[in-house]
Formats: sequence, C-alpha cells, structure tokens
Amino acid sequence: MEAHALLADVDRLRADLPPGFADDLVVAIYDEAEAIARASVDTDGLPARLVWDQRLDRLLTHRVGGFVAMGVLFYLVFWFTIAGAALPSDLLFEVLVEHGHPAIRSVFEGAGSPAWLTGVLVDGVYLGVAWVVAVMLPPMAIFFPLFTLLEDLGYLPRVAFNLDRLFAGAGAHGKQALTMMMGFGCNAAGVTATRIIDSPRERLIAIITNNFSICNGRWPTLILMGTIFLGTLVPAPLAGAVAAASVVLVACLGIVVSFVVASVLSRTVLRGETSVYTLELPPYRRPQVWRTIYTSVVDRTLKVLTRALVMAAPAGAVIWSISNVRIGGSSLAAHLAAALDPVGVVMGLNGIILLAYVVAIPANEIIIPTILMLTVSLGAGAHAQAGVMMDLSTAQAGAVLVGVGGWTVLTGVNLMLFTLLHHPCSTTVLTIGRETRSLKWTAVATVLPLALGFLVTAGTTGAARLFGVA
Amino acid sequence: MSADACGSCAVANLANLQRLGLQVEQGEVVVALTGNPNTGKSTVFNMLTGLRQHVGNWPGTTVTRAEGAYRSGGAVHRVVDLPGTYSLLSTSSDEDAARDFLLFGDPDVTVVVVDATRLERNLNLVLQVLQITDRVVVALNMMDEAARHGVRLDVRHLERELEVPVVPMSARRGEGVSELLEAIASTAAGTTVGRSRPLRLPASVAAAVDLLAGRLAMEFAGLSNVRWVALRLLEGDASITDALVDGRLGDLDAAMRCRKAS
Repeated sequence: MEAHALLADVDRLRADLPPGFADDLVVAIYDEAEAIARASVDTDGLPARLVWDQRLDRLLTHRVGGFVAMGVLFYLVFWFTIAGAALPSDLLFEVLVEHGHPAIRSVFEGAGSPAWLTGVLVDGVYLGVAWVVAVMLPPMAIFFPLFTLLEDLGYLPRVAFNLDRLFAGAGAHGKQALTMMMGFGCNAAGVTATRIIDSPRERLIAIITNNFSICNGRWPTLILMGTIFLGTLVPAPLAGAVAAASVVLVACLGIVVSFVVASVLSRTVLRGETSVYTLELPPYRRPQVWRTIYTSVVDRTLKVLTRALVMAAPAGAVIWSISNVRIGGSSLAAHLAAALDPVGVVMGLNGIILLAYVVAIPANEIIIPTILMLTVSLGAGAHAQAGVMMDLSTAQAGAVLVGVGGWTVLTGVNLMLFTLLHHPCSTTVLTIGRETRSLKWTAVATVLPLALGFLVTAGTTGAARLFGVA
Repeated sequence: MSADACGSCAVANLANLQRLGLQVEQGEVVVALTGNPNTGKSTVFNMLTGLRQHVGNWPGTTVTRAEGAYRSGGAVHRVVDLPGTYSLLSTSSDEDAARDFLLFGDPDVTVVVVDATRLERNLNLVLQVLQITDRVVVALNMMDEAARHGVRLDVRHLERELEVPVVPMSARRGEGVSELLEAIASTAAGTTVGRSRPLRLPASVAAAVDLLAGRLAMEFAGLSNVRWVALRLLEGDASITDALVDGRLGDLDAAMRCRKAS
C-alpha cells in the first residue's frame, strides 16, 4: 500500500525532529495574532465590557445569587406560560371541540357518510387533532418566545457556568448544561447537541440523561396536571402560582435525577476522567424582540405543532379503531387497558394511562388527548359512544379525568412524575441510536428512565397508601 | 460612470441578491463559513441564503453543517455553514466537521467570520486557515458591538497584514452584507488574489516537511497545500492520517486535477 509506505516515512522523519516542535508552531501563530491585533485595535481607553454587563454577571453567576436568579427566572417563565395559556386554551377548546366537533359531525352525517367513516375521520382524527391544538398551542406560543429571549440575551451559558461545578462533581462534562437546556425544547435536538462534548464517555452520559429534561411535548401534560390537581388545592388567587411551582418542581427534579444518574454512571460503567474545557460567556445582547417572537412562533411552535398533528391524526384513528373493534363483548382497547391495569395500580396510575403511553410512543405531545379519549370511551360506557368523548356536556379535561376516570390528586402527581420519568419518544430513540451507534446504549437510554419511573411512582403510591393519604 | 461599474457596485449587489434557500443542487461557487464559536456564522448564513438556521447567543448552537444557496452577479453560490471552532488542530466531533470540510470539501471561498470585539483570539483561526488556502475573506462581524464597547479597528491595516479582503459588518443588522458579497465574488473569480501565509519553520522541521511534501506532491499532484498536509502528518494528526489511509486525500487530489484541467 502506497499510503502505508508514506506513513512509515513520516514516522522515520518524525523521529529526527526536536520534541515539542508542534507546540512551538502553535505559539508562533499566537504571537503573530497578538502582534496583528495589537496594531489593528484601539480600545479608546474604555473598558472592554460595559459596566452593567459586569454587574449583571456578578449577580447571575454568583455562588448563591446565581441559583436564586435561575429559579426566579424559570419560575416566571412558567408562571407566564400557565397564566397566559389558560384563557386561549379554553377558547380553542370551546371553538374546536364543543362547537366544531358536533358541527363537522352533522356535516358528515348530512352528506350520508357511513358510520365507520364518520367515526374514524371525525371522532378519531379530527378530535385527536383538535385536542392537540387546544392543549398545546397556547402554552407553546408563550413558552418558546420567552425561552428564546433568554437564549438571545446570552443567559444559557451563564446557567452552564453555574451548573459546571455540579456536573464536574457528578463526573459529567460541564457543557452538558447546554445540551440539557436544548433538551428542554426537544430531547432529539438535545441528543444531537451533545456533539459539542469531546469525550465519548461524557457524551454518552449526556445522551442518556438528556431525557430528564422535560421536552416541549411534555410541558403541556405537566401544566395541565398542575392546574387541575394541585392548583385547585389552594384558594383561587393562588392557583396559578401553585400550579407553576409544581411544574418548576418537577423540572428541577429532572435536573436532580440527571445529576444522580450521571454520578452513578460515572462511578460504575462509565468511569473516567472529567475533561477540562473552555466555556465562553458571550456578552449580553439585547434580544431582537419582534424577530424572536416571529421566528419562535413560525419555526418552533408551528414545527412542533405540525409534528404533534401529524402524530395525532393517525393516533386518533388508532384510538377510535381499538375502541370499536370488539372481541368477546368488549373493545380491544378495554382488553388492553384491563391487562395493563394491575401494573398501573401499583404505580398509582391506571391501565388507560399506560395504554395511552403505548399508543403515544411516536410523540409525547398526544398523551393527554389520548388519555382523555380512552378514558371517556372506556370509563363511561353509559354516556359516551365508543371512542368519542365530546358528547359529554362537562367535557373539560379536569371534569373528565376526575368524574369519569376516577382520578385523584395522587393520580395527577404520579402522572407528573411519570411524565418526567419514562421512555423517550420514538424520534429521540432513533436519534440516540444514530448518535451512539450502539444498540446497547440506546436500550439503556430507553429502559433506564422507564424503570426509574416505575420505581418512583410505585414508591409515592406505596407511601401515600401507607400513610392513608390515598 | 459606466453601466458596468454600477452593476458591480455594492448597492447593486444587494439589490440583485437572490436568496435561493435550499436549492443547493445547482451550486457553482462553494462558499464555506467558518469561525470561532458564537461569532454569528449562522446569522451571516441566514442573511445570505434567506434560510432560518437556529441562531442563539451561546457557543455551540450549530453542531452539524447546514447548506443553502444564493444567486449574486449571475453565479449561484452554495453556502456551507460550519460549526464553530477555535482551531484547526482540535478534536471534538462538531469541530472535526468544520475542519474536514475546509480541508477535503475544497471550497472556492472560505469566509472566516470574526468577532470584532475579540480580534486577537479570533485571528488565531484566521492565520491557521490562511495556511491551508489563500481564497479567504475575513468577515469582521459585530462591528456595532465593537463600537458600543469603544473598540476601534483599523480595517486597512488588518487587510494589509492578512493580505486577504477584510469586510467590516454587522450581520444581524444586515450591514456590510453587500460588501461581503462583492468580496466573495471577486475572490471566487480570482480578481482578488489573497496570499496564503508561508509556514515559518525551524530548519530541521522545514527539511523534513520539504522531503515529505515532495513525496506527497508526486503522489497527489492536484493537492494545493502539500506542505501543510506534510506538517500535519509529521505532527501525528490522526484525522489527516486517516484521510491518507482511507483514500479521501486521493479523492480530493482527483477532484482538484479535474478542476485545474477544466
């Protein structure tokens, strides 16, 4: 081979060279850069960074103040999201579900459409889609622009800076803070973002723990559960604040779980050195507010919504179908839910919720609509058609879950925990497979959170029952 | 003033800019965007192509390369947005993507996007890129921020020192884009000829590099930067060694010969 002969020559030549000659060449480049820069730059005697930049950094990266500021900022983001999304969500629900669904149904019936076709398209596909829009669009349209504003301001690297010591303590790479933040948008994007981490060991840790960042498909579930089950425990004026606090608490729990899992991995199967790296804290920049709102609505919100809709439409059809295919007197969905129910009860959930997680593997976004549709069709045979929920007059989500599904506060809390701790969506699993190129690690990243979810929810349920709370 | 002069002036460039988004298959001139992390490469990319790559104020926003295209001065330019990198000597997989493209993607023009407020550190990469290719344009981005911080830059001096076009700009305000278009066009057309910087080596290293470069030149006659490749091999660079073994270096050589013949 010509190439190998050449490489042999290279080795021979290298042996005669002074040691460290490569370093000298790098130093020469640095010297030259310094000389050129010195002759081309005139700082006018002004400080390199403006004073308010430094003041802000002193607060935002403070040992204690930094964490307080982080908590306050993220709490505010969620509080705005929850408070702002409530009204438009109700409106969309009223328009699309309460009025839209019967209207479209009557159009289909008027046109003489056969019952099964009306069922699949209107009661399945349309309803699934309408639910996703009503539940997801308002919180996303508020959350994304707020988060993007923080990103444009330059806040994310400060978070990475604050968390660096904790990550190092857990044996993980400090840049994992950045990939974790990406995960709060989308876990598949977060997994891809781990390419900024050089060391394969630390990258693997970042990939496996990325799922503990609540992605935007899961925020709506948390927000809804927090609003229905925890916000209602306190007087109305405090409801929004408590709901927001519960969501932030679960998100923080996710960060804690990331650290714990990273520590365990780096002390067992993924042992090794923690790498040293440089993290630039970019200057704060005034965000371009209108552009940010435009791009985060057009690019992120609509993209995520489209994905949810693409997933919701077939899922709606699947739900309608399994609710209407009958085997031995009850529907396929009822059989499946009954089979999963014992496990669900141990976890303080129920068979319907677990079945919904099976149907919704392609996207977390459709969990709530799926649960609602299954709950109504299976839980209340008396007043609902199979696979349709909208014939109920009290069709608001909370009423359905409590009244028809028999949910308690414990169910809500456990669903919030399970929202944090369960398998990644199929897109993320595929991304993990592509990035790790390892079946073993993909399996670990998929099963580990599910196992944790089972243990944690079973734990809370056991404790609640032991102390007679539920 | 003749119509020709008007047609090539900066204002006309911007007026004639036709953003082609994702239509990359008809690319004629390949433009690579490189630079340190968080210098605004993706903002420049979005400005040129009309696409909306995710941009953010933190290093590491772009981890894979993105491609887009624009038409200017009658030529279609294919733009490749690369992940940020501090150095061509380094190691993480996003930075490898950047370096491999500069080395083996054979771009017609390499635009190094530089943060004007952090010139010295950014220049290290510029100098390294200049060791590989002379078809370089330096986009001196964030001039607005430099002004806000009281930093004044002597662009003409910089241009004289680097011997390639230096375009002061503020990509997020859209300032300097037309001048950048012009610099890219003239560099691609060869009307502006930059000078790559010779490697300044101690005598013993120079001798070894010369010897090896000679062998490489015989093997790969189309390769334009044999001395740089020789030096990297001597330094034991794993990525270049791999490229030699797996034949990518040979493929690049074939492509370059093709280009020279046509």
